[in-house]
Amino acid sequence: MRYVKPESFEAAATLLRDEDGISRILAGGTDVLVQLKAEMVEPDLMVDLKHLPGMREIVAEDGGFRIGAAVSGAELGEHAALKALWPGVVEGVELIGSSQVQSRATMAGNLCTGSPAGDSVPAMVTAGAVARVQGPDGVRDVPVIDIPTGPGKNSLSKGEFITSIYLPARPARAADAYLRFIPRTEMDIAVSSAAVSLELDADGVVTSAQVALGAVAPTVLLVKDAGEALVGSKLDETAIAALVSAVEAACNPITDKRGTIEFRTKTAGVLAKRAAHIAYTRAGGQA
Amino acid sequence: MAFDAQAERNFKVVGTRVLRPDGIDKVTGKAAYGADISAPGMLHGRILRSPHAHARIVSIDVSEAEKLPGVKAVVTGADLAQPEDDAFSDVAINCLARDKALYDGHAVAAVAATSKSIAKQAIRLIKVDYEVLPHVTDVDEAMKPDAPVVQEGRALETVPAGMSQNVTTHCQFGHGDLEAGFAKADKIIERSFKTAATHQGYIEPQACMASLGNDGRGEVWCCTQGQYMVRANCAAALGVEESQLRITASEIGGGFGGKTSTFIEPVALALSRKAGKPVKIVMTRDEVLKATGPTISSSMDIKIGMTKDGRITAGQGVLRYSGGAYPNATVEMGAQAAFAAYNLEAVETIGWNAMTNRPKEIPYRAPGAPTAIYAVESVVDELCQELGLDPLDVRLMNAADKGTLSSYGPTFNEIGLVATLEAAKAHPHYTAPLGPNQGRGLSCGFWFNFGGNTCVSLNINDDGTVGVVEGNPDIGGSRASISMMAAEEMGVPYEKVRTVIADTSSLGFNDITDGSRVTFAVGLATIQAARAAIKEMCRRVAKIWDIDEDAVIWEDGCAKPAGPNAGTHPPMTLAEIAAIAGKTGGPIAGHHEVNADGAGVSFGVHLCDTEVDPETGAVKILRYTVFQDAGKAVHPDYVEGQMQGGAVQGIGWALNEEYIYGEDGRLQNAGFLDYRVPVASDLPEIETVILEIPNPGHPYGVRGVGETPIVPPLAAIANAVSRAAGVRMTELPMSPPRLLKAITG
Repeated sequence: MRYVKPESFEAAATLLRDEDGISRILAGGTDVLVQLKAEMVEPDLMVDLKHLPGMREIVAEDGGFRIGAAVSGAELGEHAALKALWPGVVEGVELIGSSQVQSRATMAGNLCTGSPAGDSVPAMVTAGAVARVQGPDGVRDVPVIDIPTGPGKNSLSKGEFITSIYLPARPARAADAYLRFIPRTEMDIAVSSAAVSLELDADGVVTSAQVALGAVAPTVLLVKDAGEALVGSKLDETAIAALVSAVEAACNPITDKRGTIEFRTKTAGVLAKRAAHIAYTRAGGQA
Repeated sequence: MAFDAQAERNFKVVGTRVLRPDGIDKVTGKAAYGADISAPGMLHGRILRSPHAHARIVSIDVSEAEKLPGVKAVVTGADLAQPEDDAFSDVAINCLARDKALYDGHAVAAVAATSKSIAKQAIRLIKVDYEVLPHVTDVDEAMKPDAPVVQEGRALETVPAGMSQNVTTHCQFGHGDLEAGFAKADKIIERSFKTAATHQGYIEPQACMASLGNDGRGEVWCCTQGQYMVRANCAAALGVEESQLRITASEIGGGFGGKTSTFIEPVALALSRKAGKPVKIVMTRDEVLKATGPTISSSMDIKIGMTKDGRITAGQGVLRYSGGAYPNATVEMGAQAAFAAYNLEAVETIGWNAMTNRPKEIPYRAPGAPTAIYAVESVVDELCQELGLDPLDVRLMNAADKGTLSSYGPTFNEIGLVATLEAAKAHPHYTAPLGPNQGRGLSCGFWFNFGGNTCVSLNINDDGTVGVVEGNPDIGGSRASISMMAAEEMGVPYEKVRTVIADTSSLGFNDITDGSRVTFAVGLATIQAARAAIKEMCRRVAKIWDIDEDAVIWEDGCAKPAGPNAGTHPPMTLAEIAAIAGKTGGPIAGHHEVNADGAGVSFGVHLCDTEVDPETGAVKILRYTVFQDAGKAVHPDYVEGQMQGGAVQGIGWALNEEYIYGEDGRLQNAGFLDYRVPVASDLPEIETVILEIPNPGHPYGVRGVGETPIVPPLAAIANAVSRAAGVRMTELPMSPPRLLKAITG
């Protein structure tokens, strides 16, 4: 196995494009190292990107934030302004792994790993986050929802990798929330999860709502009906019931060692309902 | 050995919370665990394991692996001896399969190479031709007549018609007229239960370093609960004499019963014999979960009758356990323990074991008892609910006590069950208010405890300190407890005593660290060894003072003259006597060898409050209190640790831990991500209340405390969850999907 620290993004992209064997990109490394230890993969090339410019930085940009692909969960959790703007995104990232893992794990890695259960992904999707992708032929911006394509898979081409993720600006009365179900209280993988992002008017009526689900389909789902169910409401019982039905209808999970189809579907609805209430309160709505 | 019949013994050391002797080494990383031992020229061993639940091994071709540079030896089952004794043979075949792979993860070959990565490559070059066979992993399925047969020729001689050859054990216990008993009942409840296999979950994976020469002499360093057991298993599997093998137990990172067998040591020895170099094998967590011992899995039917005022009129249980791919008698302990907490006129338990394509069961704290008692205590709780009775009052009304004919035969001596129940009843926990979706559960627990074969040497050092040499790896604080008992008996400070664990060539045979036996039996032997040393010291002093031996007594660490004709001599301290031992007859030591009986059974009662999320099936443990009779708590910190640890492991067993098998018979969760032991944030502070009802069989009244604490949690939590959720749970673990399904119907 060759370990390389390239001098530029361009050099990294070329290196990855030209590798005939198996390559892995090292940002936080919290998935790659586990795969090595479990002997799931033996890469021929390991490309470390942590040191490249901007990779470890959180920069304000157009009222939002650009987050370098190697910024850790712990660093996000300590960024007060980012946390105030996108609390649901940050709480999602902070649920990944243990305290030790938090000091390394990244949103970009969580996204590229392609797990439908990735804790940072649903709230990035409801936030409309955009990934900046470097490739051998230059840079392009890709909405986060278009990155994962199935368990363990993503839409990036050979030689491409994420350099940063952009979380946009948002109006004053707005907030998001993320909840997951795990059998324990920490150190676990979501059996189902839900992120809700809301914007409210001055009266507390929802003007815009996004709902995304994790671990209930091959990729994270953005459920448009579920969001629309909340628009025009103050999260009254009817709106919540419509949200839950839309969520349950959208679920397309599997039964495996972590949960059944029935369980994942039911809890996804429950989590969406609870996350909606949290986001609503955070946005300044009076329950 | 009887309890010292002193009216009130004033213990000076026993009962205090002295510093543990292994603390600094463990905290600083100095402690040498199994994987920390290395030797010059050492090779790295690695094991190839079956990917199939059940397969005939048609052939194994190791030629390509042997050709790989750096590979020094490759072994298969053919490199181990075939012991005639079934127990030794099962261990050997479990270490390296012979004709069949019996479960997913069964070892089939091993290599020793100059590096770990070469060993890994070599494993991939071994070609095994498997003929995949039908498999069975469920105990009820395994008992059916048409089930795949795990091992031919191992069936119970009298397998009843309609049962599979997989059935290897049948037992029956009880007394009284069941029919008459049930006729007297106002309410009878009959329920069936299932429990998943769980793993001990010790933090240190098995590891060893072994060396065996062509001269038949060998050395093994390994983490184990019994170096003499390792010696016997290795001697049988390698066909060498026990005297030629020296086994040294390393520091041990948890055992809980799981290190009472042998998995890698014979393999490392076989590799070493072939390679002519020492070989180290360190298991991965994946290997530990797949191929070392989980508990039994079970299926049980329990029927209990009760009068409307709470008197149990009859109890009946049928237990079907599977101890994996080998014959297994753990069900006998389950069947004996099931109703042990009750004084019953009519009781019967029947036990069966059936082989399945799962790893060989290895004991896990109180093997067999937690599941059986879970089932019984669940039905008792449901009867209390149905009849509107207080569950503690019902237990008190029916509690076994001194003189009770136990459900498994013996009549109980002094036992602490009633006192333990009364302590629970008086505790504020029992009457604390509960909120919505919350429930309180309780359960009694019981374990037999064990004494067993024990040797201890106690040496008086020339500087006045004391060295105790014993033969049982310390998994629960036994070195501290043994030093404390030696100090107590000798009348010297605890700090003057050091207890070490001998290798197999330095001390006579000791049974493994099991049955909660060490503090009891090794403690007892240590007290006797101390008394022998004291007797010798008094004899020496009598010579110096020129008086009769029986005119010298031992008090507060000194020899003193006593009696009318002893004269007036200033007391001689242990240090003074030791300093001149060379002039009075030579070194002074005491020793004791015993097959100790009188271990004294132990009872506990656990109280648990839970809150159930009715929308997700998530369970939160709100409050947990453990009450247990310790006989005499030698070191209360360790006793409390045992009580808390048992509760925590029981919480895992009750809520999330389980061996999950796929349709293909392969284990799906061989890692701590999906084999869910509780994490710290899952747990409340576990409160403890120690009761001390002296064991008549030990000079200080000590009872073993290590196993009883894992017995009550399953039912205490199941009863709390059932009451909180409003639905009776009859399957473990009560994982959220299972609980939510029960709630929503």
